[in-house]
Amino acid sequence: MKYIDEFRDGALAQKIAASIAAEVNSQHDYHFMEFCGGHTHAISRYGIVDLLPDNVHMIHGPGCPVCVLPIGRVENAIQLAQTPQLILCSYGDMLRIPTASGMSLLKAKAQGADIRMIHSSADAIKIAQENPRHQVVFFAIGFETTTPPTAVAIKQAQALGLSNFSVFCNHVLTPSAISHILQSPEVRQLNLIRLDGFIGPAHVSTVIGSRPYEYFAEEFQKPVVIAGFEPLDVMQAILMLIRQLNQGRAEVENEFTRAVLPNGNIKAQMLVAEVFELRRTFEWRGLGLVPYSALKIKSAYADFDAEQRFQMPALSIADNKACECGAILRGVKKPQDCKIFGTVCTPENPIGSCMVSSEGACAAHYSYGRFRAEKPITAKEN
Amino acid sequence: MLMCLAIPARIEQLTADNHAIVNLAGIRKEISLALVEDIVPGDYVIVHVGFALQKLDLIEAENTLALFAELSAFNQNS
Repeated sequence: MKYIDEFRDGALAQKIAASIAAEVNSQHDYHFMEFCGGHTHAISRYGIVDLLPDNVHMIHGPGCPVCVLPIGRVENAIQLAQTPQLILCSYGDMLRIPTASGMSLLKAKAQGADIRMIHSSADAIKIAQENPRHQVVFFAIGFETTTPPTAVAIKQAQALGLSNFSVFCNHVLTPSAISHILQSPEVRQLNLIRLDGFIGPAHVSTVIGSRPYEYFAEEFQKPVVIAGFEPLDVMQAILMLIRQLNQGRAEVENEFTRAVLPNGNIKAQMLVAEVFELRRTFEWRGLGLVPYSALKIKSAYADFDAEQRFQMPALSIADNKACECGAILRGVKKPQDCKIFGTVCTPENPIGSCMVSSEGACAAHYSYGRFRAEKPITAKEN
Repeated sequence: MLMCLAIPARIEQLTADNHAIVNLAGIRKEISLALVEDIVPGDYVIVHVGFALQKLDLIEAENTLALFAELSAFNQNS
């Protein structure tokens, strides 16, 4: 396929790997976090780690939208779905997230709740039009990529005068999560994680642009290279990060120039700004309460806000004790460090959210990495 | 469903209400163009949850590929 296959060329990947090997300083260790689940998936699927020298370590970040949603919000959605005459619309990945009691939207559906898997916010609008006697709630989740489509749906519902449509908004923001990680005690004081640089998200950046990352580069002196989701993009970004560190630079660079502009997609940003505003704080799985890290629906659109329309208690529920999703999302642990990884917790029977989504670190490692030999020098973050 | 793992899709034809039919590796699918502007058939767009998020800059795509190639030439010479 055009614009895909060229970016997966194995021979070229070897060439970039050779450049990386030639340019790394063997006296140094390089620790890079790929923020985004899409990169986690690509790194696992294409075996990128095997192409890197032993002193280049990739740390998975929290950029998997399904993974970071706390159980309390999933529980809210399950309770909502059990309301008579209500149809809950959700992206597919969310359906299998287990709650503390082992319940999930999929199980609620099996027990009779009307839950529809949709591929686009536009599907939820259509379902609302077709079912005027039902309340239709769209369980909206995701980073800056999925937020504009939700904004479009809310505007469309308003234009159509749809009184039975509302959105349970759980949209979260990438830059606040990166800040939170960089300011966490694990990075700043405990030295549990060393982070030398970031691979910046691909599709999130098509929307927000490259400018929002300049703050990290300046404030925390960490280089950021925005990369596409194909394996050569990721390899090239790693090379660019290594060069920045070797040259003592901490800048925002853009490898994904074919889709990311400095200012991003202004039209999408304006729609989001019209419909949503910042929440003072929002709970993330693994990160806890993160200030100004999520969006809520503005009062002008309160008619379409499910949290205004329905009774939705604020629930804060701890993860399963055995599950290490939280530590994995913070980059402190790896999937294979979790006792239940691959035994009790598998993609067929996930205990934690990181095993559900294909972008989750555990699911990616289970699918592509679990039979891979560990690197001779295992990367103990030091 | 893959939340973020969108791939570039080619616009085949524009349809009503600012929508378009795209070709995703042989699969034809209708998507919304509500978030982008000035799209014509033949353009490549990044599609995510049924919406085009951004038009692919084909010149930049070639530049990036050329960069990879340059790199490999550099390796061969060195």
